Amino acid sequence: MQPARRPRAGTGSSGEAAAAQAKRRQGMLLASPGALYLLIFFVVPLALISVYSFATRTSTGRTSLSGWNVESYEAIGDDIILGIIGRSAWLATLTTALCLAVGYPFAYYLATRPRHVRAILLVLVMIPFWTNGLVRVFAIRFLLGSNGPASALSESLGFGTFRILFTPTAVTIGMVYSFLTLMVLPLYVALERMDWSLTEAARDLYAGGSKAFWKVTLPLTKSGIVAGSVLVFVPSFGSYVVPDILGGAKTLLIGSYIARQFRDARNWPLGAALSVLLIAAMLIAVALNQRSGSGAEGGDRRRARRRGRAADEAEPVTAAV
Amino acid sequence: MAGVVEVGLGRRTRRWLAAWAWVVFAFLYVPIVVLVVFSFNSSSRVNIWGGFSLGWYGEALSNEVIISAVRVSLIVAFVSTVVSVVLGTAVALALDRYRFRGRRTLDGTVYLPIVIPDITMAVMLLVFFAEAFKLIDSFGPRLTLGISTVALSHIAFNISFVCVVVRARLDQFDRTLEEAARDLYASAWETFRRVTLPLIMPGIAAGGLLALTLSLDDVVISAFVSGPGSTTLPVYVFSSIRRGVTPELNAISTLMLAASIALVLGSLALQRRRASASQQTQVL
Repeated sequence: MQPARRPRAGTGSSGEAAAAQAKRRQGMLLASPGALYLLIFFVVPLALISVYSFATRTSTGRTSLSGWNVESYEAIGDDIILGIIGRSAWLATLTTALCLAVGYPFAYYLATRPRHVRAILLVLVMIPFWTNGLVRVFAIRFLLGSNGPASALSESLGFGTFRILFTPTAVTIGMVYSFLTLMVLPLYVALERMDWSLTEAARDLYAGGSKAFWKVTLPLTKSGIVAGSVLVFVPSFGSYVVPDILGGAKTLLIGSYIARQFRDARNWPLGAALSVLLIAAMLIAVALNQRSGSGAEGGDRRRARRRGRAADEAEPVTAAV
Repeated sequence: MAGVVEVGLGRRTRRWLAAWAWVVFAFLYVPIVVLVVFSFNSSSRVNIWGGFSLGWYGEALSNEVIISAVRVSLIVAFVSTVVSVVLGTAVALALDRYRFRGRRTLDGTVYLPIVIPDITMAVMLLVFFAEAFKLIDSFGPRLTLGISTVALSHIAFNISFVCVVVRARLDQFDRTLEEAARDLYASAWETFRRVTLPLIMPGIAAGGLLALTLSLDDVVISAFVSGPGSTTLPVYVFSSIRRGVTPELNAISTLMLAASIALVLGSLALQRRRASASQQTQVL
């Protein structure tokens, strides 16, 4: 697939053109195995699920790839499904807000420690982050169970047993527990990089402590807040494991609902349509984050840290260690 | 800015901040610690402490299903890490230093598997394998979901993560080092082998570690693309939790926890040693 080499005026520039072309070919050669893999095992599946969303479900629960229609998308307008989407959005928003409220003071504390203390504290933050996510959700399930340790403790203290497992509260606790670090890390990075002399200047100009915080510190760390919020909102909205383990029938979320369409309910077209919707929503959220990012470098960092452990995962830690 | 930053907070605010930080640490650690403690409980009732025992570990480790799940998990993790490190690093290098047709498309696509939720990736791959099998089966062979479909799926998301990590490393790369090597008559291959590769090795190692962890962690995608006999350990744990909490699950979870903590601490130690080694060479 090599285009014919065009003769050029000077011998030097034709040599250069040949070299540039060789380099282009080299780049393509280097990228092609990975690109091909992604094409087969990611792009094609993505296209397939979009196609499936317009297919027909036969009475036996099979998917017939003929008679294209938008029934699955129309079905999303159904009250039950809208309710599920609304509940997912609400729980994801609540989780994000709680993570921000819990995480901001925490990140502030971490970022204002002396360098050597910061290194140790960061490792303490990273350890739960790197531990198996399923095990962490199980830990919450175990702790909150109606005959679990937390309930036993409250009973022995005379507060009686509590039943929060299989409620939206339990799901929210589980999601905050699972995704808190995704909020803390970008906040930490934003706070650590902040030019504190600006806050000091505000104080010198007789701004009170809280005024200096709301008017100077907070706006300066906006990039971290936005990045952290997207990082938490995206996995909470599509979460499947957490609501499945901690939630009950009343907390059916969109992730579980999609799973159900592909398993017991055997309505693949509906599941496919909901997946397409979910992917679109995630992409919009991420694009908004990208746009609000100031400066290309900030955008790259955030993109790198998306879904957490990615990318310069090691960067804040190794920088500090 | 090495010292404590005095940001003009009142003493009381500072105390509240410190107290809050320790509350958050407790929130992060208490559930895990309780889980670990109760894995040593000899009582079969989950809420009553019946004394110290390693019995549940014995039970877990003599369970055939668990042993087979561990084996599947390790094979999938190993294969998907090796393949995705090679492919992901190559893509990262190509994106970082070459201009070629389709580069921008590839650049955008490579991030997508990171962004989209696990459940959508899972159903996408399920539909894909269903269709692919239908197509292939029409030529004769009868394919089913199994350990290879799990590994293929893990590679699909791990390539992206490795690529992102290695690119972050390439961003900080000092290109003059390569030019120096070329000026000293090193061939392109020698330059890559002796200069580029050692310099981006920490990025490759970090990417590999991430791939390994993500593969060992994954529940959702594996649950959808595994078949009978190819259950991974997280999938086994996930389906067991749905049936109810048992002390045996605490024991398995504790072992999984220990494995992931060992991985993190090991990698931190490795990074540290490498950092101090590079400092020494700089001094020399």
